[in-house]
Amino acid sequence: MSTTPTTPRTSPEGGDKMATGDFAGDNRSAATLRDSVGDYVGRLRGGDMGSLPAILGLVVLLVVFGLASDEFFSLLNMANLAVQAGPICLLAMGLVFVLLLGEIDLSAGVAGGVAATVAAQFIVDRGLPWYVAVLAAIAVGALIGLIIGELVSRLGIPSFVVTLAFFLGLQGVILYMIGEGGSVRVADPVIRGLTIENVPVAAGWVAAVLLTLAFAAGSLLRQRRQVANNLQHDPMSVVLIKISVVAVVILGLTAMLNINRSLNPVFPIAGIPYVIPVVVVLLILWTFVLNRTAFGRHLYAVGGNAEAARRAGINVLRMRVYAFVICSSMAAISGIVQSSYTGKVSTASGGGNVLLYAVGAAVIGGTSLFGGKGRALDAVLGGIVIATIANGLGLLNQASFINYLVTGGVLLLAASVDAISRRRRSAAGI
Amino acid sequence: MSTEPLLQLRGVNKSFGNAHVLHDVDFSVYPGQVTALVGDNGAGKSTLVKVVAGIYGRDNGDYIYDGKQVEVHGPRDVAELGVEVVYQDLALCDNLDIVENMFLGRETRKGLVLDETEMESRARETLASLSVRTVKSVRQSVASLSGGQRQTVAIAKAVLWNSRIVLLDEPTAALGVAQTRQVLDLVRRLADRGLGVVLISHNMGDVFEVADRITALYLGRVAADVATSDVNNSQVVELITAGRSGSLGISDNPATATV
Repeated sequence: MSTTPTTPRTSPEGGDKMATGDFAGDNRSAATLRDSVGDYVGRLRGGDMGSLPAILGLVVLLVVFGLASDEFFSLLNMANLAVQAGPICLLAMGLVFVLLLGEIDLSAGVAGGVAATVAAQFIVDRGLPWYVAVLAAIAVGALIGLIIGELVSRLGIPSFVVTLAFFLGLQGVILYMIGEGGSVRVADPVIRGLTIENVPVAAGWVAAVLLTLAFAAGSLLRQRRQVANNLQHDPMSVVLIKISVVAVVILGLTAMLNINRSLNPVFPIAGIPYVIPVVVVLLILWTFVLNRTAFGRHLYAVGGNAEAARRAGINVLRMRVYAFVICSSMAAISGIVQSSYTGKVSTASGGGNVLLYAVGAAVIGGTSLFGGKGRALDAVLGGIVIATIANGLGLLNQASFINYLVTGGVLLLAASVDAISRRRRSAAGI
Repeated sequence: MSTEPLLQLRGVNKSFGNAHVLHDVDFSVYPGQVTALVGDNGAGKSTLVKVVAGIYGRDNGDYIYDGKQVEVHGPRDVAELGVEVVYQDLALCDNLDIVENMFLGRETRKGLVLDETEMESRARETLASLSVRTVKSVRQSVASLSGGQRQTVAIAKAVLWNSRIVLLDEPTAALGVAQTRQVLDLVRRLADRGLGVVLISHNMGDVFEVADRITALYLGRVAADVATSDVNNSQVVELITAGRSGSLGISDNPATATV
């Protein structure tokens, strides 16, 4: 150090010139469609795959099952698939919040089972109206999440251990509530109707068109605001492409589900199953919370760098508790929808592979197991993929061991994709 | 000095149990000047910075801000005075973009919703006012930035809130030549805007390049507080390693300084 010669201080003007000459100005938009596509390909190469694995996987699955089974593409099965995906998507949406923080909730499935039991017993044993039962069930879910969250954040027990304990303990709670080998019937017309009744055709069309228009108007207004305020924005072509994709998906699904799919000409079945609006509303709600509110921003921050979040004045412990509360509450909703589909709550509700399906769904959709990355939409896309696997294998009448092997394999594959893309991301610095 | 110091610590002592880390330290930060804080490992630089930042309390001594004695009870009080510290690990979230990081924990909202328009515009203004032209877009994620750019974002985050004093802990320690250049230019520009800048550094080249004043710590005491133009490199190195250099430095018996 002592050998460094004493140098006179460089004048600031000299420094300025250097900085001006060396670097380009701030770029406000990807100017053209081609630039945007180039950016996207660059992100893919760098390992930021987003939902691409889910979409590609879905295409492959549709082709395979479509070739293997004649029934697969029947309208009846497509509607059934949509209903089957419902509870998985809902549970996966809840898990996204926990996964965002780099935590895991292994008990979410059985927490949903406990909540569904509470709802079913409130209706059957006490004759309470469905909305009271549902609110009570969500409250039970929230309470379970609160206890888990407090144990994880205050005591610092790894969430893996806490929720594994709850996974076992809550199964005992369900057994105690229902009794060995018993079950509770779910016959309430509203709750049962979630999965077996359909939105009237006309109302379905109106809702679908309104939703599409709202998305289009929102995207266009946002783009105009960004341009007006000189903010970074997507080129118009990209905005239009996004709107078209969303319109095709929403209107296409509505059209498909609004065709009569009954095999019996006397009893036509047409319309969107009620569970789909439930999923869509919660998807919009959680997307709004994650993207547009300070709460969502802080969740991402805690997942990305908890120490930085703490220094920025964010209460990291409280954010953890909230994440578990949201997760278990969503699990409660998912459990109720599942009980609606099966028509009963049994001692096995929420156990088995329910949770692994949901974790698989979230991860396949693009949520990282390492925290900091994930969207509510990921859960829905991944949930559709997982439901497609379960549905397709069911149609092929495979022995149930195959079902377990395939699902386990898919979860492992999704986790590997996540781990590899994360490594590439850190290498590419994206 | 012709100008009054913006921040002044007078006669500060700080002990951790038996270890007397800071001995009657006087430390001043002047507006529009870069004050380099130098000293060997264990000389008390980090402790002094944490006292200034409000993370550590003082055993005694005065904390004078803008000519008035102030009570400082924690980092929040210090931030309210307009003093920001950029730590070596920067504390940025890799998964968030530059705007999101700059406003983290202090987001502007319209009702319930984040006001992205306001935040992006202000982040861009701040970066432009610091003549930062090295980032491609304020919406790129921090993970994609180089070390120098990350340092730049962390510094911009500190000055976004109209702070008047910025303390930089070893900002160039992990940077290459070109990136060190960028950050030093930025440090100089901060001072030219009238901020009081404290630069903690081991690199004498950096210190002599941007600092107006040098405060050298030796074993928890201020060995010298001098204008950069009055000393040369080897004098500063002597001050750091021995506590004195010629007529400068701790004048009494150096043996007592080691107590």
